[in-house]
Amino acid sequence: MIVIEWLSAPWPWYFSGMMISLLMWLMLYFGKTFAFSSNFRTLCAMCGLGTVSSYFQYDWKSQIWNVIFLLGAIAGGWLSSAYWMGSGIPEVSEYFISDLMAMGFSAPTSMQPSELYDLQHAFSLKGFLILLLGGIMVGFGARYAGGCTSGHAISGLSNLQWPSLLAVLGFFAGGLFMTYVVFPYLFSK
Amino acid sequence: MRYIKFFFAGVLFGIIMVKSEAFSWYRIQEMFHFRSFHMFGIIGVAVVLGILLVSAIKRYQIRDFEGQPIVFADKAISFWRYALGGTIFGLGWALSGACPGPMFVNLGYGVYTMGIVIVGAWLGTMLYGLVHNYLPH
Repeated sequence: MIVIEWLSAPWPWYFSGMMISLLMWLMLYFGKTFAFSSNFRTLCAMCGLGTVSSYFQYDWKSQIWNVIFLLGAIAGGWLSSAYWMGSGIPEVSEYFISDLMAMGFSAPTSMQPSELYDLQHAFSLKGFLILLLGGIMVGFGARYAGGCTSGHAISGLSNLQWPSLLAVLGFFAGGLFMTYVVFPYLFSK
Repeated sequence: MRYIKFFFAGVLFGIIMVKSEAFSWYRIQEMFHFRSFHMFGIIGVAVVLGILLVSAIKRYQIRDFEGQPIVFADKAISFWRYALGGTIFGLGWALSGACPGPMFVNLGYGVYTMGIVIVGAWLGTMLYGLVHNYLPH
């Protein structure tokens, strides 16, 4: 019972951080790096986009290992939801719940807000454009910056790369601008 | 079959993202509101241990499972690509609440509308491929 309880409970931050380091070590031990977003470049190249841009003309077959990692990530998400979900509600702070109310969102009832991700909202014109545009900016920004949270914030900072620190500062600048300046126009009571 | 280990590494990644709740929009937004130490703690511990790990690998010349030396490529020096690219990434990260890895973890978790964000990220990558010659790097 204790094992089941431990598996279904969310992990504390220090254990989560340790596990990410372990994963990074595992990828290095396998002779690769922990960097996820280059998969999108590989997926573009696999779809034959080398014909429209030289950026997609490279030996993408050497990156298949990372696409396999991507498939594993999907399976890991499924496995967690099937067996170790726990309450399925993130344990965010009370202060943040009042922030949510002020933004016009309700308190969490699942891992993703229904105001963005349920079918009704995601397939309304506004909701669809928000999700699509959010994705476009993540995809575009990750390739422009040459990495995402895994490639820059974890792998890059671990290797003391100044460019990665600059990119991470950019991640936060963009995130804070979106949160404090753009959100009030997008979401209001 | 030599790829199977990457599948299991991906499974581990998915479990870590779910169990740490880092794949949740709420946790990302909570971080940008500075309302909890949770996400800062996760990234902080991962980076501090990562720095120790990488410096140990370099100092003791630790090799990978095939006996090859583990090499770290330095990121190219540039200002605009990291500052502008990073900022654009951050805008999308705060909006969708998902960075590239967790997008797919969410899909497996059952948030199927995350597929819209994934298609968006694919389009964004294609867009970068089309215009990258005209951007400051």
